[in-house]
Amino acid sequence: MDYITIDSKKVPIEGEKNVLSLIRKAGIDLPTFCYHSELSIYGACRMCVVEDDRGRIFASCSEQPRPGMVIYTNTKRIQSYRKLIIELLLASHDRDCTVCHKNGMCELQSLAYRVGVHDVRFPNTREEKPIDMCSPSIVLDPNKCILCGDCVRTCDEIQGVGAIDFAFRGSKTQVIPAFHKKLSETECVGCGQCAAVCPTSAISIRSNVTVVWDAIADKNVRVIAQVAPSVRIAVGDHFQIPKGKNSFGKLVEALRIMGFDEIYDTNFAADLTVMEEAAEFVERLKQGDHLPLFTSCCPGWVKYCENKYPEFAGNLSTCRSPQGMFSAVLKEYYREQDEKEGKKTIVVSIMPCTAKKGEILRKDNYTDGKQDTDFVLTTTEVIRMIKQMGIQFDKIRGESADMPFSLASGGGAIFGVTGGVTEAVLRRLSPQKDYGTLREISFSGVRGEDGVKETEIDFEGKKVRIAVVNGLANAGRLLERIQAGEAAYDFVEVMACKRGCIMGGGQPGPAGPRTKKRRMEGIYKVDMGCNIKSADENPAIQALYQGFLKGKEHKLLHRNLGY
Amino acid sequence: MNIQNRKALTEKRIQAKEAMKRPSHRILVCAGTGCLAGGSAKIYDKFLELAAKEEGVEVEFGAEIAHTGIKRSGCHGFCEMGPLVRIEPSNFLYIKVKEEDCSEIFEESIRNDRPVERLLYEADGVKYETQEKIPFYAKQTRLVLKNCGHIDAENMDEYLAVGGYTALEKVLFEMTPEEVVDEISEANLRGRGGGGFQTGYKWKQVARQKETERYVVCNGDEGDPGAFMDRSVMEGDPHKMLEGMMIAGYAVGAKDGYIYVRAEYPLAINRLKLAIAQAEEAGLLGENILGTGFDFRIHINRGAGAFVCGEGSALTASIEGERGMPRTKPPRTVEQGLFAKPTVLNNVETYANVPMIINEGAAWYRSIGTEGSPGTKAFALTGSVKNTGLIEVPMGTTLRKIVYDIGGGVKNDVPFKAVQIGGPSGGCLVTSNLEVCLDFDSLKKLNAMIGSGGLVVMDQNTCMVEVARFFMNFTQNESCGKCVPCREGTKRMLDILEDIVAGKGTMESLKTLEELGEAITNTALCGLGKSAALPVLSTLRNFREEYLEHVQEKCCKTGNCQALQQYKIRPDLCKGCSKCARNCPVHAIDGKVKEPFVINQEICIKCGACLENCPFGAVVKES
Repeated sequence: MDYITIDSKKVPIEGEKNVLSLIRKAGIDLPTFCYHSELSIYGACRMCVVEDDRGRIFASCSEQPRPGMVIYTNTKRIQSYRKLIIELLLASHDRDCTVCHKNGMCELQSLAYRVGVHDVRFPNTREEKPIDMCSPSIVLDPNKCILCGDCVRTCDEIQGVGAIDFAFRGSKTQVIPAFHKKLSETECVGCGQCAAVCPTSAISIRSNVTVVWDAIADKNVRVIAQVAPSVRIAVGDHFQIPKGKNSFGKLVEALRIMGFDEIYDTNFAADLTVMEEAAEFVERLKQGDHLPLFTSCCPGWVKYCENKYPEFAGNLSTCRSPQGMFSAVLKEYYREQDEKEGKKTIVVSIMPCTAKKGEILRKDNYTDGKQDTDFVLTTTEVIRMIKQMGIQFDKIRGESADMPFSLASGGGAIFGVTGGVTEAVLRRLSPQKDYGTLREISFSGVRGEDGVKETEIDFEGKKVRIAVVNGLANAGRLLERIQAGEAAYDFVEVMACKRGCIMGGGQPGPAGPRTKKRRMEGIYKVDMGCNIKSADENPAIQALYQGFLKGKEHKLLHRNLGY
Repeated sequence: MNIQNRKALTEKRIQAKEAMKRPSHRILVCAGTGCLAGGSAKIYDKFLELAAKEEGVEVEFGAEIAHTGIKRSGCHGFCEMGPLVRIEPSNFLYIKVKEEDCSEIFEESIRNDRPVERLLYEADGVKYETQEKIPFYAKQTRLVLKNCGHIDAENMDEYLAVGGYTALEKVLFEMTPEEVVDEISEANLRGRGGGGFQTGYKWKQVARQKETERYVVCNGDEGDPGAFMDRSVMEGDPHKMLEGMMIAGYAVGAKDGYIYVRAEYPLAINRLKLAIAQAEEAGLLGENILGTGFDFRIHINRGAGAFVCGEGSALTASIEGERGMPRTKPPRTVEQGLFAKPTVLNNVETYANVPMIINEGAAWYRSIGTEGSPGTKAFALTGSVKNTGLIEVPMGTTLRKIVYDIGGGVKNDVPFKAVQIGGPSGGCLVTSNLEVCLDFDSLKKLNAMIGSGGLVVMDQNTCMVEVARFFMNFTQNESCGKCVPCREGTKRMLDILEDIVAGKGTMESLKTLEELGEAITNTALCGLGKSAALPVLSTLRNFREEYLEHVQEKCCKTGNCQALQQYKIRPDLCKGCSKCARNCPVHAIDGKVKEPFVINQEICIKCGACLENCPFGAVVKES
């Protein structure tokens, strides 16, 4: 086996593409701003520079390992260069750290501390640049940008959107949409993956924390929370709870302490979605019309499809997302009671997703011309609220959510992960629900973190071709193939974010490969804990259909396309 | 006319030679950018007018070969003396020609074959009748620039007549692609764009890639301040460069060539476009060239004026329509260059060397220049030197020969101080380096580089701190903004240098400059960044005492740094006439008439108006 020597330690080369991976394998956490294993190599931050035995200095992220290399990661020169680079970054950075959203979680801040920068010799000559607050999901603050380009590459390479890029030169360089447009005027889908990779708070999530506190404080308002499937396995990340562990009970208790009046589980609404989407799919199969059916639970994907491939917009399911269905049902459910009590119901959805903040403003998601979901809080915002209130999240024991809208099947639970919607629909469509059949479905190729998965199943004697996609760039390529006649499907599930909602733009970071794996396992564990496996077996769903939902299915559960 | 085979090309060449001989006299008006700016277009028109009225004198133009007779040639190189006019066959070279001179030139030199004495170049009391005798030309070895100024740059036939496209003919009919690569490798041609990388090796690497779609790219994004070698070739002899690119295309199996020219070179772009159109029409570009089955097309891309686009990966990105930013390597350009395909990337001068290597052979080429750096190098000689202009000398020529023999020495005979070589990425050579042979390797030892060939001569009146500040300002403006050391570091270095020339520097500033310079050199992403600090580091090493003067004594002995100067009125000489106060644009001077006036230093903008206007010499400039 070939080796390279890193700080006197021999490290075997096992297919690593760059020296940086080997250094990290050797147990040294070499700092970087612009290196991400899923993005192309950019080589701009120069934090990962190392020195070899001949005194040559190079960036380890872009250097191919060669057998026999001798690398030092912390020589006197390297130490001083690394420190100087941080100092230079800080010199033109907005250094109001104490009032920054990312205070305590900022990578620039923590690296400055780590490499020991305690003084910045250069005057701060930074010009104050305007902050872009126009998007409902994302805030761009160029004053805090260190130009690592992670957001630019994520938006382009992973999401295929390219809403932001570099403009201007040298020290005047900025990451902004083209032609000085506001982010809301671009093709940005609001997925928030740019914010997720941003090491500082140059790109952050548009916060609704204050307005939600205001609503809670208002005695005349009934504040209802609905909690999405992926929130429960990530909300504990900042409270020393093992990664991927289900903290739903704790979250419910925390929300009650905060003052939410009712707390429901969006998994329940996911079951509703499965019922509607499965029915729509069967109908389209029968008619042979508008196939493939594209799922519509992911607002990032819906917007991407409408922006870039409008010719496919008719293939999108007419179903609202679980969030949309749920809020419509809740508003309808509490309508009479509100009138009686003279109250107003506000639905706050707690989501792993920043695009959901945009979805609630879409007119096709309105019922009778009114917005159903009032506010969306991302997981990170809820974490902030928990911290603001001082709730000792790791200490509280947990409570169960309110009935009747919290009983959900395992099919609803797995909506949070790529392939989950498909698996839940397949469970629904399968006449048998025994262990063997369900196991077979789970092994049919819908699970796993691959960007594009394909499978075929038999349904009523017909072969049904299915594709499961995550990452919008992958979706774009799939659509190109469909258009070119190189691929054909009946059912296509798309989630904008890699691995699905568990890695949504509103989830807490940083999330390395291990966290990603744990989150995925966590979701499937929730499913395993459910006695009910399929939406159609959920008695609460059955009761709803037979009860007050009767005759209102289309109005409340489907997008209002003719608004 | 389409030349379909070798025989037709030979015939065409014979015709072109005949046509070139036809007129009895040729008047070559320099149409390089410098001379055009000096009014050479009007001179050309005037000659056209004079020749039209003339009867009996054999001056032909507008016959089969369009411009025979009066030529708009490419740059003659002697830009200091422009506009230049050359008369053939007598080879008189007239300098600083004005429209009014044309009639006299026509009368004397065309009708009577006599020189117009007053328009000849004169140095040290000697008048030089012919271009070839002028030391500026006599001491050069013009190979790449051989045709510049001698043939009509807008006429392919003239290029054919002087042996153009014989190298292409030779490779297509007599050599295999491998033999071409071997010949270039054997000649040890090194890239003229700055790096000095072996061209043959580069071609070989591209030729052996598995991917069969390959590209030939020409870097014409000459961005160094004061450098214009490539521009002159593109303007004066565009076909030579095209021929070099075609040969490269044949050698590496490419079907498409791209020329990346900066948009600030409109004349070069027009001439290249014309040359490409002519070659296409003649069948020398396009499909099945000369019936050999070799296909090659050349496209022009205009750069929007970014210095960094001279860097290979930024250049290819820019051609692709992306933001011109360098990327990390590997993969290198030879593996994944333009459109992620194997790419040969050389600069204009390098390609212009190729045809003569093929024609004359590698052994001949190696007999010129030094062993490690064969051939010649074109330099743009500018700054404080008597004969500025474009020169070409064998590699290994000493700096002294360039500055004193060709350049005629420092202007106004002020003592020599230094040359900045290699533009903003290079370093400075000082008096003790005058005997240094200019080639790739010996300059590297001195922490300088040939770069693309900018040579700025500086005399004792030049402030080296200001020079460093100038170059740092340039690099800082041209940084692409990608990597932190270059983007932020150059900005901070510039801030510090600005402080120093404003008299606000400290000893700590010098230390920080060195620290930043070293860090940028070692950690920047691309060649531009890695060399950004070199002018500062090089002046700090060679002229430290000047920096110390600025920092410790707050003075600039050369008087270049305005902020360190003070205008004062000597009370003993001032008669109180108030003329200075009346001429001061900012009302910084006050006083009572007939009593000595005083300059308020806080308001003074140091424009010098008082000094110019004082009739008694009472205003003095102190540093």
